[in-house]
Amino acid sequence: MSAFGGAGKGWGARLVVIAPYAWLFALFLLPFLIVFKISLSQTAIAQPPYTPVLDLAAGWEGARAFLDGLSADSFVLIGSDTLYIASYLRSLEIAAVSTALLLLIGYPLAYAMARAPARLQAVLVMLVVLPFWTSLLIRVYAWINILQRDGLLNQALVRLGIIDEPTTWLATDAAIYVGMVYSYLPFMVLPLYATLQKMDDSLLEAAADLGCRRFKAFWAITLPLSLPGVVAGGLLCFIPISGEFVIPDLLGGSGQMMIGQTLWSEFFANKDWPVASAIAVVLLCVLLVPIGAYERMQVRRFEEGR
Amino acid sequence: MKRGFAPWADPSQQPLVRFDAVTKRFGDVTAVDRLSLDIYEREFFALLGPSGCGKTTLLRLLAGFEAADAGAILLEGRNIDGVPPYRRPVNMMFQSYALFPHMTVAANVAFGLKQDRLPKGEINARVAEMLALVKLERFAHRKPHQLSGGQRQRVALARSLAKHPKVLLLDEPLAALDKKLREETQFELMDLQARLGTTFVIVTHDQEEAMTMAHRIAVMDHGHVKQVSPPADLYEQPNSRWVAEFIGDINIIETVVVSQTGDHAVLETAAGRRFSVGGVADAGAQAFMAVRPEKIRIALTPPLGGGLNHVAGRVVDIGYLGDMSIYKVRLDDGSVMRASLANARRGSERDIVPDQPVWLSWPPEAALLLTK
Amino acid sequence: MRRLSVFNLTTLAFGLAFLYLPIAILVIYSFNDSRLVTVWGGWSTRWYAVLLHDRDLLAATLNSLAIALASATLATILGTMAALALTRFGRFRGRMLLSAMVYAPLVMPEVITGLSLLLLFVAADVDRGFSTITASHTTLTMCFVTIVVQSRLVDFDRSLEEAAMDLGCPPLRTFFSVTLPLIAPAVAAGFLLAFSLSLDDLVIASFTTGPGATTLPIRIYSEVRLGVKPEINAVCTVLVAVVATAIVMASLLSKRGAAAPGLPGR
Repeated sequence: MSAFGGAGKGWGARLVVIAPYAWLFALFLLPFLIVFKISLSQTAIAQPPYTPVLDLAAGWEGARAFLDGLSADSFVLIGSDTLYIASYLRSLEIAAVSTALLLLIGYPLAYAMARAPARLQAVLVMLVVLPFWTSLLIRVYAWINILQRDGLLNQALVRLGIIDEPTTWLATDAAIYVGMVYSYLPFMVLPLYATLQKMDDSLLEAAADLGCRRFKAFWAITLPLSLPGVVAGGLLCFIPISGEFVIPDLLGGSGQMMIGQTLWSEFFANKDWPVASAIAVVLLCVLLVPIGAYERMQVRRFEEGR
Repeated sequence: MKRGFAPWADPSQQPLVRFDAVTKRFGDVTAVDRLSLDIYEREFFALLGPSGCGKTTLLRLLAGFEAADAGAILLEGRNIDGVPPYRRPVNMMFQSYALFPHMTVAANVAFGLKQDRLPKGEINARVAEMLALVKLERFAHRKPHQLSGGQRQRVALARSLAKHPKVLLLDEPLAALDKKLREETQFELMDLQARLGTTFVIVTHDQEEAMTMAHRIAVMDHGHVKQVSPPADLYEQPNSRWVAEFIGDINIIETVVVSQTGDHAVLETAAGRRFSVGGVADAGAQAFMAVRPEKIRIALTPPLGGGLNHVAGRVVDIGYLGDMSIYKVRLDDGSVMRASLANARRGSERDIVPDQPVWLSWPPEAALLLTK
Repeated sequence: MRRLSVFNLTTLAFGLAFLYLPIAILVIYSFNDSRLVTVWGGWSTRWYAVLLHDRDLLAATLNSLAIALASATLATILGTMAALALTRFGRFRGRMLLSAMVYAPLVMPEVITGLSLLLLFVAADVDRGFSTITASHTTLTMCFVTIVVQSRLVDFDRSLEEAAMDLGCPPLRTFFSVTLPLIAPAVAAGFLLAFSLSLDDLVIASFTTGPGATTLPIRIYSEVRLGVKPEINAVCTVLVAVVATAIVMASLLSKRGAAAPGLPGR
C-alpha cells in the first residue's frame, strides 16, 4: 500500500482522485459519447443544426421519438462516397510516410546525441526541445516563407544554378512532409534518445571484445535494444499526424484532403455536424489499435518496477 | 552487560510489544503468517532472515505503514490497530535513511519535534542534544547531500531518536555502510541503546550483525518465526535443521535413533555407522546429527580408544581464510564433511594436504540431535 | 571523455540547422523594411510599430494570455492531483479508466478533441467563449502536467513520505512540507508546458470559441491563410522571443535540479 494508504479514507485524499476523474470524465469521455450520438443524427436547419434532439421534458415519449429519429445515414454516406475513403487512405499514407521519414532523420540525430559527451547531452536535449515550445503555427508559417514561389529556397537554388526557373514547393506533398518532419521531430528524437542513452556502453565493448565490428554491432546490439524507443516515437508521431489539420491546410495543395481537413470543412464550411461526427468516430476506430498500443506503453513505463 | 538481562524468562514481565497471531497478505503472497512474538522494554531485538521472509513487513506493521489482515499488535497492552503511523509512539530509521533533501541536518532532526508543536527553545535544545549524541554538532547546517554515507546514517538515527520513541525500528540500518564502518557502528548502536534504554527492533539479513548486537534474535522464514533465542542459544541450541543450517556452518547427517540411555542417544546412519549424541529422542525415530565444523577434530591418525563419533575420509579441498582453514573431507560413503581449524600459529605449514587420509572425531556433547 | 565522430557531428549540425534555420529566417525577415516579404529591403522595425496599432491583434493576444494563465493554473492543480492518484493510491476502482483518460488526450488528433468538446458545450447549452476555451485547454494540458509530475513521482523515494508520517506528520501536511517542495520543479515545468500549449493551440480553440473570444492563433491563422505578411513575421518573432525568455528563465531558476522544462516523453 502507499504511504497515503492510511489516509485513503480521508476527504482530502478522496478529492485528489475524484477531482481529476470527474473533470476528465465530463470533458473527455462524455464528449465522445455525444459525438457518437450526433453521428447517428441527421442534419437540420435549426439550432443546434441536427435532429433529433433528446427532449427530456417529454419523458418516455420524448426518449422514444429520439430513438426513432436516430439513423446511420452519415456512416452510409462515408462508406459509399469514395471521397471520404480516399481521404482516410491519404491520411494514413501521409502518416506512414512521415513516420518513416522521421525515423530516418530522427534516429541518427538521437544516436549522435546519445554518443555526445555527457555534459553536452543536456544542452542538446534542450536544443532539440526548444523549437517545440514555439507555436506550431509559427513553425509552419516559417516554412511558408521559405517554400513559396519567390521564397528563399527557390532563390537559393536558382542562384546556385541547381535549377533555372523557380519551381513550386508550396502546396505539394513535399511541403507537407517537410512540415510534418519539422513539427514532429522532437516527438521522435526524445524517446529514441531516452532508450539509446540508457544503453550500457559495455555492451558494445563486449561485442567488440567478442570480435564484432562496429557497424555489425550496431545492427546486432544497438538497434534491437532501441526498438522500444522506435515504437514509442513511431506511435507518438503516427497517431496525431493521421488527424493533423494545420500542416496540410497551410502547406498542402488544394487536391486530396487529409481526414482532419475533411472533418474541418464538413463542420465549418458545410455545417454538417452529423457527418463531421461520423468522420471523427470512424477515425477514432481506425486509430484504436495504435492508441491502445500507446496506452499500454505508457502504463508499462510508469508501473514497471513498482 | 548482556548477561543478566532476560525479561523474557520472567513470567511476571509484561511485553512492550506483542504480535498476536498476526497475518499480512499481499495478493496471493502471505508475507506474515499467524505470527506471535513478544518484545520487552529495553530490549535490543533483531529480526533475522533471508530476503522475502517477512521481516521488513513485520517492522512496517509495527510502524503503521501496513495494516494486518488478521491478529492484533499490542503496544503496552493496547491494540494499535487502526492508529495511523503519525500517531504511533514508535519511530523508524529507514534503510535509505529517507533524509529530507531540501532541509538541513538540524531541520531534519527537528522535523518530528515540530509536528508535536513543542516550544522553539525546547526543539533547539533537543536538536543540539541529539546532534551531540551522534557527534554531528558541526554539521547542523549542512544539507544531506553534503554529508558522507556514515554521517547521513547518523543523522537518520538522530532524527528517529529525537522524539524519544517507545520503540525504535531500524530497517537494515547498516546495509549501506562499508564493512569497517559497519563494525564500528554496530558497537556504537549497542552503546547508544544501553545508555538510552530505548527498545530497539532491528531488521537485518546479516547474522553477524544480529549476533553482535541483539539480546534476542527472531529467525524468520516465509512469514513464520522459526526460533527466538539469545545469540549463543541460537548458535549452540538451534531447534531445527533449518535454523542450524541458516546460522553459521554445520554438518548434517541423516540418521535413525537406535537407543536412548540417560541424556544420550545412539544414532545410526543408513550405512550402519553409529554416533552418540547428547539429547533425547524416541528409539526408531528419524533424527539429524548436526555438528559444527569448528567442533570437529581433524587428525592424521585414528583417535585413541576408538569410541563412537569418528569417521575416516580423504581431504578433497582446503580453504584458507586467514584466521582459519576449512577442510572438506570425503567419507567412505561418498558424503562430504567440513572441519575447520584455527590458524593460531603464523606460517605453520600443516601436515594436512589434499588427498590425504584423515580421521574426524567429536565428543558427544559437541553434536546436536535435531528431530525436525 | 567521449568524442563525437565526424558522422555524428555532421548529423547534429544538420539536425540543429534544420530545426533552427526556418525560425531564424522568420526572425530576420521580420526586420525587413520591404513590404514584399521575399525581397530584402534593409533593416527596419516598422512592422513592430504597425503591430502596436493593431487593436484586434492586441485584443487577441490579451485573450490568449488570459486563457493560457487560467487554463495552465487549473491544469497544474488537476494534473498534479491525477499524477498523485496514479502513483500514490495503489489500486483503486476505476484506476485503469483514469490512466486511459489521462494518456489518450496526449495523442488524440486535435480535430476529434475539438469537435467533441464543442458538441458537449452545445449539448449542455453553455455560452461559448473565454470559459469554454479555458475548460478545453485545461482538459488537454492537464494530461501533459500529469505525465511530467508522474515521471517525477515515480522516481521519488517514497520512504521520504513515510519518514515524515512516522515522525508525526499527517498526510496532508506531509504533502505540503515534503512531497510538494521536492516535486516543485516538475510542477513548475508542467505549468510552463500547459501555458505554452494553450498559447499555441489553434484547432481546439477554433472549435470551442464563441463571439468575442478570438485568440492569437485564430487571428494569425486567418491572416496566414491570406498569405505571408511582414506584420505576421513580427508577431511571430515577438512570440518566439517571449517563449524563449520564459524557458531560459525557467531553466535558470531551477538550476539545481535537472528540471529544465523538457518535452515530457509525449
